[in-house]
Amino acid sequence: MEKIFYELSRWLIPCLILFILTFGFFRGVKIYECFVKGAKEGFSLAVRIIPFLVAMMMAVGIFRQTGFIRLIEQSCGTILQFFNLPPDILPLAILRPLSGGAALGITTELINTYGPDSYIGRLASTMQGSTDTTFFILAVYFGAVGISKYRYSLGVGLLADIVSFAASVFIVSHVFG
Amino acid sequence: MINLIWLVMILAGIILAGFKGQPEIVTQAAFQAAQTAVKYAFELIGIMSLWLGLMKVAEEAGLIKAFAQLLRPLTKFLFPSVPQDHPAMGFILMNFSANILGLGNAATPFGLKAMQELQSLNPRKDMASEAMCTFLAMNTSCITLLPATVIGIRIAAGSTNPTEIVSTTLFATIIGMSAALLADYLMRSYNRRKIFHC
Repeated sequence: MEKIFYELSRWLIPCLILFILTFGFFRGVKIYECFVKGAKEGFSLAVRIIPFLVAMMMAVGIFRQTGFIRLIEQSCGTILQFFNLPPDILPLAILRPLSGGAALGITTELINTYGPDSYIGRLASTMQGSTDTTFFILAVYFGAVGISKYRYSLGVGLLADIVSFAASVFIVSHVFG
Repeated sequence: MINLIWLVMILAGIILAGFKGQPEIVTQAAFQAAQTAVKYAFELIGIMSLWLGLMKVAEEAGLIKAFAQLLRPLTKFLFPSVPQDHPAMGFILMNFSANILGLGNAATPFGLKAMQELQSLNPRKDMASEAMCTFLAMNTSCITLLPATVIGIRIAAGSTNPTEIVSTTLFATIIGMSAALLADYLMRSYNRRKIFHC
């Protein structure tokens, strides 16, 4: 079952491109002109999000590289152990909503240090796959259309992250024991 | 709230660096981050153009509309404030599909287009609309069928069963997404009542 998923992911994009273009062609769409027209928007959209990326990445960069997370890790070790959470997983949990790149780096490091089939390796894999970079997405998506009042969406997004993390810990410790 | 979190993150870093007597870490991190941000945006230009080009073809061929119609019962419930045949719906659904299938780099262009379309319906241009909040709740907690990147890392690390985490990830994301949609629904009704009473 899971093998099928993986094969599917390899073929997905080629099939999607093939399907859209041939379908469009036979529906009488001028596919080349149309593609170029749509692609034009890519530039302005990407450039428009630069200020928000800079603001977000600067804060995350300072927070991360000064080693603040290590400080939290050291002071919360015992509490975490109680919840069946190895302290090494904490930086991932904190950084996951902030920065996709940083979280991916930590996940790779954890998997390589403890082995992909260890408890930490599986937990890190599940956590990495199960939530998204909430802060980053909100900053960029709202920024791109000029919205400064996020209302309750940040709270909702962070709540979902916490729930997903808790669910990851629960399921990984139950399935793989 | 975003202002406070932003300040706390920067402040925490600077104070800690001060205690350590290494303020240059802050300087370096800040400059480096600014450069990385632009590099990321530039890489995004190509990917963004590619997907938006393909999307335009799909749109003209009527694929997006057909797709939106197929999922109408679901979207009518989630986005009552968006007219059902509005282009925003198509982009929201494309973003959702890209997220489910683990196509991270396609999700962003579709998501940004969806936000643009939702903004055209928004009466207060500086404030998030209800539909935007629901869309982002859905987007940031999205169900993942194929965590392709993680599977790749696991294969590279020599896992005996790289795909064993697919089911656990699916479980965690279903729980997370349910929580997000429930919280969004509750906040929406709560806010409406508040406005009504004023």
